[in-house]
Amino acid sequence: MTAVVAETASDMQVQASRIVRGSWGESLFRAACLSAATFLLVLLAGVMGALLVGGWPAFHQFGFGFFVSSTWDTNNDVYGAAGPIFGTLATAAISLFIALPLAIGVAVFLVEFCPKVLAQPISTVIDLLAGIPSIVYGMWGFFVFAPLVANYIQTPLTSALNPDGFWGKFFAGVPNGNLFVASVVLAIMILPYMTSVFRELMLSVPSAVREAAYGLGCTPFEVVRSVMIPFVQRGMIGGTMLGLGRALGETMAVTFVIGNTHNFPKGLFDATSTIASTIANEFAEASGLKLASLIAMGLILFLITFAVLALARMLLNSNKS
Amino acid sequence: MMSRAANRRIANTIFTVSCYFAAMIAVVALASLFVSLFWNGFSGLSLSTFTKDSQQGGLLNGILGSLAMCALGMVFALIIGILAGTWLAEYSGTSKLGQYVRFMNDVLLSAPSILIGLAVYTYFYMVLKAAGYPQYTYSGIAGATALGLLAVPIVVRTTEDMLNLQPSALREAGVALGASRGLVIRQIIWRSARTGLLTGGLLAFARISGETAPLLFTALGNDAHITKLSDLGDKVSALPLLINSLYQLPDSVSLAWTAALLISLAVLVVNIIGRVLAARGAR
Repeated sequence: MTAVVAETASDMQVQASRIVRGSWGESLFRAACLSAATFLLVLLAGVMGALLVGGWPAFHQFGFGFFVSSTWDTNNDVYGAAGPIFGTLATAAISLFIALPLAIGVAVFLVEFCPKVLAQPISTVIDLLAGIPSIVYGMWGFFVFAPLVANYIQTPLTSALNPDGFWGKFFAGVPNGNLFVASVVLAIMILPYMTSVFRELMLSVPSAVREAAYGLGCTPFEVVRSVMIPFVQRGMIGGTMLGLGRALGETMAVTFVIGNTHNFPKGLFDATSTIASTIANEFAEASGLKLASLIAMGLILFLITFAVLALARMLLNSNKS
Repeated sequence: MMSRAANRRIANTIFTVSCYFAAMIAVVALASLFVSLFWNGFSGLSLSTFTKDSQQGGLLNGILGSLAMCALGMVFALIIGILAGTWLAEYSGTSKLGQYVRFMNDVLLSAPSILIGLAVYTYFYMVLKAAGYPQYTYSGIAGATALGLLAVPIVVRTTEDMLNLQPSALREAGVALGASRGLVIRQIIWRSARTGLLTGGLLAFARISGETAPLLFTALGNDAHITKLSDLGDKVSALPLLINSLYQLPDSVSLAWTAALLISLAVLVVNIIGRVLAARGAR
C-alpha cells in the first residue's frame, strides 16, 4: 500500500517536472519557433550583407565620386549613381506631393461626407486596389496615361511657352516616359494604400471627441483640421512615410514610364531614371564593375528605404500606444 | 467686411468641395485603370491562352511557372512564418529580442522587392560558382526563394495577430488539463486560429504572385513551360515576366494585357477569399 502510494507520488513528480521543465520535444518546438524568428533578423542582415559584398568593387573603385557623379559610361567602365539617386528622390517627392492631399481628401470624404451605405463598399474596393500588382500600374501608365499627358498637356504647353523662358525650360522634355508621368503613376499606385491607412486612423478617433467638436459648433472642416488630424498626426506621418517607402523602392511601375536615361532631368518632362529602374534595365547585360555598380546602388536604396521605413514604423507604433 | 461666420462657411465649402474633388479624381484614375485592363485584356482571352506557350500566342509557360514558384515559395514561407509568428505571440513576452524581431519584420514587410531579388541573386551566384555550377544561378528555385522570402514577413505578421486574438481562457484550459505549453499551442491555439492563418497565407500568396522585380534576377524567364518538378532547376517563366517582355513587342501587346488581366483577377479573387474567410473567422 505504502509502496504504491510512494510509486504514484514519484510518478507524479516526474510528470510534474516534465511539465515545468518541458520535455525534449517541448524544447525542440520552442527552439524551432525561436530560430524561425531569429531567421528574420538574419534575413535582413543577409540582404544588406549581400548588397555590401556585391557592391564593394564599385565603392572601392569610384570612392565618394560614385555618389556625386552622373557618368554612366559602359565603354570606359565608369559609373556614377548621382542621376538615379536624384531621380529616385525626385519621383518619390513629387508622387508624395500629389498623393498626400488626394489621400487625405478621399479619406475625409469616406469618413465624413460619404453616405454610410457607400462608404464600406468603396473602402473595400480601395483596399483591393492596393493589392493590384505594380506592373499593371506600369502598363496602364505606358499605354494609357503617358500618351494622354503627351497629347493634352505637353503639346499645348510646349507650343504656348517660350522655349527659352523659365517655364519653357521647366516644362521641356520628351513625351511618353519622363519624370512627371512616372511620378503621377507612382502617386496613383500609392494612393489606395495611403487612403486606407488614413481612413483607418480617422475612424480610430473616438466619436465622443468628434461629436464634442461638432457640439461646440465646429464646421466639418474645423473638426478635421483641429480635432481629427491632430489626434492621429503621428500615425498619419507614419502612413505617409510607408507610402514614401513604397514609392522609393518601386520598380516596375516606374521602369515602364520614366524614359530610362542616366542624366539629371533638365525639366519636369525630361526622361530620367531611378535606382530601381536602372537596376531592372541594366542588369541583363551587366557583369564585372557594372554589375557591382548596380548592386552598390541597391545598397544605397536599401539604406534610404530602411531609414524611411524604420522612422515610419516608430511613428505608427507610438500612435498606437 | 465679411463676418467671421461667413469666412468659416466659405472655408468649409472649399474644403468639402476639395474632398469630393479628390474622391472624384481617385475614382476616375482607378476606374480608368480597371476599364483599360478589362477592355484590352478580355479581347485577347481565348482557350489557346491556357494551352500554348508565349511564343505561340498563349501564356501557358507563364501560368505554370508562376503557380509552381509561388507554391514552392509559400511552403517555405508558411513553415518559417508560422513558427516565427508563434514565437512572437506565445514565447517572446516583453523580451528585447521580441521587440527587435517585430520591428525588423515590419520593416521587411515594405522593403523594396527588387532588393530581395538582388540579394538572392548574389547568394545563388556566389554559392553556385564556388560549387562549380554557375549555369544554375538563374533558376525556378532561386525565383521561389525570392518569392518565399517576400512572403515570410506577411505570414509572420498575420500569424502573430491571429494568435493574439485567441482568448487566453483557451490556453489556461489547456494547461489546466495538464498539457504542456507547446502542446496547447499546436493542438488548441493553432487549431482555433487556422482560418486566420489560412487568410494570412492567402494574402501573402496574392502579394507574391504579382511580383516582377525579384524574378528578373532569379527565374529570368523561359519560352518553354515546365513539365516536371526538376524543370525548376532551370530558368522558369512567370506571368509578370511575360508582361515585362511582351509589352515591348508591338504584336504581343494584347497578350501582355491578357497576362495582366489574369494576374489581377487572380490577385483579386485570392484577396476576396481571404477577406471572406477573415470575416467568418472573426465571427
